[in-house]
Amino acid sequence: MLDNTGSYVTEDGRTIGGVVMEMKNITLRFGGVVAIKDISFDIREGEIRAIIGPNGAGKSSMLNVISGFYVPQEGEVLFHGKKRPPMKPFEVARQGIARTFQNIALFEGMSVLDNVMTGRLNYMKTGLFAQALWKGKAEAEETANREVVEKIIDFLEIQHIRKTPVARLPYGLKKRVELARALAAEPKLLLLDEPMAGMNVEEKEDMSRFILDVNDEFGTTIALIEHDMGVVMDLSDRVVVMDYGKKIGDGTPDEVRNNQDVIDAYLGVSHD
Amino acid sequence: MPEQLIFAMEVTLNGLMAGVLYALVALGFVLIYKASGIFNYAQGVMALFAAMTLVGIMQGQVPFSHLINAVFGGHITHFGWTVPSFVAIALTVGVMVLLAWLVQVLVMKHLVGQEPIILFMATIGLAYFLEGVADLMWGSEIKTLDVGLPQGINLWIDETTFNIFGYGFFIDNLDIVATVIAALLVAGLVCFAQYTKQGRAMRAVADDHQAALSVGISLNFIWVLVWSVAGFVALVAGIVWGTKSGVQFSLSLIALKALPVLMLGGFTSIPGAIVGGLIIGVGEKLFEFAIGPMVGGATENWFAYVLALIFLVFRPQGLFGEKIIERV
Repeated sequence: MLDNTGSYVTEDGRTIGGVVMEMKNITLRFGGVVAIKDISFDIREGEIRAIIGPNGAGKSSMLNVISGFYVPQEGEVLFHGKKRPPMKPFEVARQGIARTFQNIALFEGMSVLDNVMTGRLNYMKTGLFAQALWKGKAEAEETANREVVEKIIDFLEIQHIRKTPVARLPYGLKKRVELARALAAEPKLLLLDEPMAGMNVEEKEDMSRFILDVNDEFGTTIALIEHDMGVVMDLSDRVVVMDYGKKIGDGTPDEVRNNQDVIDAYLGVSHD
Repeated sequence: MPEQLIFAMEVTLNGLMAGVLYALVALGFVLIYKASGIFNYAQGVMALFAAMTLVGIMQGQVPFSHLINAVFGGHITHFGWTVPSFVAIALTVGVMVLLAWLVQVLVMKHLVGQEPIILFMATIGLAYFLEGVADLMWGSEIKTLDVGLPQGINLWIDETTFNIFGYGFFIDNLDIVATVIAALLVAGLVCFAQYTKQGRAMRAVADDHQAALSVGISLNFIWVLVWSVAGFVALVAGIVWGTKSGVQFSLSLIALKALPVLMLGGFTSIPGAIVGGLIIGVGEKLFEFAIGPMVGGATENWFAYVLALIFLVFRPQGLFGEKIIERV
C-alpha cells in the first residue's frame, strides 16, 4: 500500500494521501540537447499537481517520460513505490496512467461515444472467440462499460454530441472529449498536457471547473502542464516550476509565486 | 422481350458475379490500407500462397519436399494421407496467422514511421519472397482445388428463366456460392470492426497511433491482427478463385484486377470495394457485349483500367474514399 507519511489536508478539506508517482533524478537527452536535467519530484494521491514553466522548459518532455512516450537516460520512475522498468506507452496506460495531448489526439473518424469507449478497452476481458460464440457475456460486459462511459459523458456535459463524429466538433469540445476518454479508463493518475491551450476565457473557465470537479468527485490524482501561470495557481495544490530543463521551484502556489528564481524566469532578469 | 435485352440481362448478372470476385480481392487491400496506411502489393500473392497451402495440406504434401530431397537424398513427396477440407482450411488459417506475425516481426516492425512509399516497396519485396517460398514449399505445378464448393450451371435458374423468357440463363453455381461467401465475409468483417474489442482497437489504430497508445492499445498486436485478417480474406479469395481456375501462378495476378476496383471505390472504404467491384464486373461484361464485336473483342483486358484512369482524372479519391484535402 501507499506510504502515507506526509499526507495532509487541504484548505478546502480534501485529504491528500501518500506518494503515487515519484520521479528521481530524471535526465533526458535528445542527442546533445538536454531536455530534462536531474529533476526529482513526487505526485501525491488525490492532489492536483502542476508542472509549469516558460515555452521550451521541458514540461511536455516530463509528461512524456511519465506516460512512457520517452525513456529517460538517467533516473528512476517509481509508481506506487515500485521502480518502473522501461515500458512502452501502451503498457504504462494499462497500469492506470491516462493522458491527454497538447495537440488533441482523438479518433477523428469515430463518434464521441466510440472515442470515450476506447478508454474502456482494458476493462474488456472477453476474448475474440468468446465474443463470437457467447454473445450474452460480451453484451453484459459492454453494458457495464457503457454505464461508466455514460456517467462520464454526463459529468462532462457532452451528452448532446454523443453520436457526432469527432472531426466535426469545435476545438474546445474536442478537448473535453479527450478528457472524457482519459477519464473512462478510471486512471490512478491522469496527465493533462496543456488542457487550456488555445482556449478563450470562457472555455478556460469551463475546463478549470471540470478539472476541479473530476478531482473532487472521483478523487482522481491529476498532473497537468500549463504555461499560463494564472490558471495554474488557482487550480493546483502543489506546483513544480521548470526552466531550461531544470527544476527551479517546487511547492504550494504561494511559495512558488514568491520564489525569486521563478519570478526571474517568468519576468526575465537583466544580465548586465 | 427483344432477344438483345435478354442477353444483356444475362451478361449483367454474370458481371455482378464476377464483380463480387474482384471485390473479394480488393477487400484485403482496403483492410490493410485502412488500418496501417500500407498499400499491400503482396495481397494477390498471399491469395496464391493461401490456396497452395490449402491444396498442399489437403493432399498431404510434404512442405519443402524438393529442398529436403535435394539436401538429404530420397524421394518423399507425400505423407500418404489426405486431410478433410474443413480441417485443412482451419490449418491454413493458422499458417496465415503465422505468416502475419512473421511479416510484422521481421519486416513491418522495423519500418514504423517510414514513408508510405518505403512500406509499399517492402510489400513488393514481400510479394516476390512469398512467391518463391510458395514455389519451394509446394512445387510450381498447376493444382486443382476442390473443397466441395458446387460448380457448373445452376439448373434452377436455367429452367426458371427459360420458362419466363424462353431462354435459359447460364449462371455458374460457384459464382452464386462466391456471392454468398463474400456477403458473409463482409458482414463478418463489419461486425468484427464495429462490435468487438479488437475491432474497436483496430479502428482506433487506423485513426491515430499516439491516441491508441495512450489508451493502452499495443500497435504491434493490432498490426499482426490486421495482417491475419488480410491473410484470411486472401485465403477466401484464393479458395474461390482457385476452385474457379485452378491453383497456379496466375492466381497472384488477380491483384492487378483489384487495382481498378480500388481506384473506383476508394482505398479506404469497404463498401467502396464492393460497389467498385460490381461496377467493374458489370461494366466490362456489358462493354464486351455491346462494343466488343465492333472493335474485335478482348475489351475485358483493358476496360477496367481505362475506367480507372477516367476516375483518376475526375475523382481521384474514388467513389467512397475520403476526400484528399491539403491544408496550407
